[in-house]
Amino acid sequence: MSGGKAWKYGDNINTDIISPPAYMELSMEEASKYAMCVVDPDFAGQVQPGDIFVAENNLGSGSSRETAPLTLKILGIRVIIAKNYARIFYRNCINLGILAITCQETDKISKGDLLEVEPGEGKIKNLTTGEEYRCDPIPAHIQKLVDCGGLVPFLREKLKKQAV
Amino acid sequence: MGMTMSQKIIAAHCGLDSVSAGQIVNANVDFCLSNDITTTVAIREFHRIRNAKVFNKDKYAIVLDHYNPCKDIASAQQCKDCRDFAREQGITHFYDVGQMGIEHALLPEKGLVRAGDLVVGADSHTCTYGALGAFSTGFGSTDLAATAATGLAWLKVPGALRFRLTGKPAPWISGKDIILHIIGMIGVDGALYRSMEYVGDGIQYLSIDDRFTICNMAIEAGAKNGIFPVDAVTEEYLRAAGCDTFKRYEADADAVYEKEYTIDLSALRPEVAFPHLPENAKEVGTFGEIKIDQVVIGSCTNGRISDLRIAAEILKGKKVAKGVRALVFPATQKIYMEAVEAGYVKTFVEAGCAVSMPTCGPCIGGHLGLMTAGERCVATTNRNFRARMGHKDSEVYLASPAVAAASAVLGRIASPEEVMSND
Repeated sequence: MSGGKAWKYGDNINTDIISPPAYMELSMEEASKYAMCVVDPDFAGQVQPGDIFVAENNLGSGSSRETAPLTLKILGIRVIIAKNYARIFYRNCINLGILAITCQETDKISKGDLLEVEPGEGKIKNLTTGEEYRCDPIPAHIQKLVDCGGLVPFLREKLKKQAV
Repeated sequence: MGMTMSQKIIAAHCGLDSVSAGQIVNANVDFCLSNDITTTVAIREFHRIRNAKVFNKDKYAIVLDHYNPCKDIASAQQCKDCRDFAREQGITHFYDVGQMGIEHALLPEKGLVRAGDLVVGADSHTCTYGALGAFSTGFGSTDLAATAATGLAWLKVPGALRFRLTGKPAPWISGKDIILHIIGMIGVDGALYRSMEYVGDGIQYLSIDDRFTICNMAIEAGAKNGIFPVDAVTEEYLRAAGCDTFKRYEADADAVYEKEYTIDLSALRPEVAFPHLPENAKEVGTFGEIKIDQVVIGSCTNGRISDLRIAAEILKGKKVAKGVRALVFPATQKIYMEAVEAGYVKTFVEAGCAVSMPTCGPCIGGHLGLMTAGERCVATTNRNFRARMGHKDSEVYLASPAVAAASAVLGRIASPEEVMSND
């Protein structure tokens, strides 16, 4: 279970919005200052570790560049919630250890709402409005990847166990 | 239950008799690739998994095509890191300035991807190779690092949409108009997580370049992959590229498709995708005058020889409109030479276009043609998100090479018929 404050966006938040290509050669830390700047200039400066990124349809469409989920990770986001995802972005999030949750009711969430997430149960509690939403329970193998911190730590552990 | 063409290829690469949509599998990969932007991240992750060797140095291509020839010191360092890694690992298929082309035009040309292959790449437009009857999809650098280390890729088996293409396309209608029409119809998430499988008697009229274009933009509809059946056109291309052996897969007669669409190719008109999403397709001629500042003909979507041939046909004997910057990017060195020998480059230069060496260039807002606020470009590229080709207040209109060339001549978005007299 994890909780945090919601940053809320709509449909089609693509990878060029999350991590603008214009700043791609900067270090990730520097580039993350421009995250979301095309639609929300406040986000990068005000987001706190543990906040939750919430969107609606087709989150993460566009490029396969990992700069998009990596930018969110650097800004302290560990949980994202959307109605559905572009597939490369979805796997990139999981592979980097970000919990990507699918929930059809994100339109009921507003910026600043305090959310509590129970992915194993398939439940999201909105502590600000008192509402509760259903979300797709996270499959065990994906939860394992996220718990390890992503694909690379997962593979390292697996290869270590095989060597024993 | 029957399998789709994509599912069959996946099953064959997992040693399974059958797979079904939603199933998670671990597949053997025939070929993988990364470019100058995605390789550096992959190198870092690769070394974290195990400081060892790439699973097969002949099955991993590294193509430095995005920011190369390097546009600044940061990208020069990035390319150097890629060069060092390729040398350290003994990568056979390493392409740098002088040999490199845009990856998704280069790999088929070199005969590195074949019908029936399972190909993954750290670039979202890896779906392009579905044109050759391969299962091909893009993913991130971390995924690519895992595949480079193991030769395997975890995949969730996709469901599928079927697109029946019928009739013969009218003159000037090409793969780009077809895919813009489809994405306009189903939306940028209309094929989310699905395969887009093409069938029908209209396919015979599509060149391999048309099919590359159509599969290239599968990702813009949210698809996992796009795929064409293998026919005489595919076989001719593969053999010319040096591929003598390849596997041909066909969807089962009882394969399940979530949705089916029929597209009458003969009814299609030139289309343009308005800013800032590829789904904003509109027929040319259904909107008022839109003046433009720049035209880009190139990219992994439309930088191939037939694209250049069409553009040259329209530009021959004409001039680029005053105030318009027309940029042409042949996608590979081979295509560049063919364009020179066919006289296209002469036509382009005489018309007032600037012709570049192969590179992704302005498509991703990298270099060689960015825009500032208030500028507009008609581009044969694949994405027109806000700030894609420069300033967030610039605009990109996606189009076919024919529309791009016609627009260059008239200085506004135009149909080729406005520029070419009827025969």
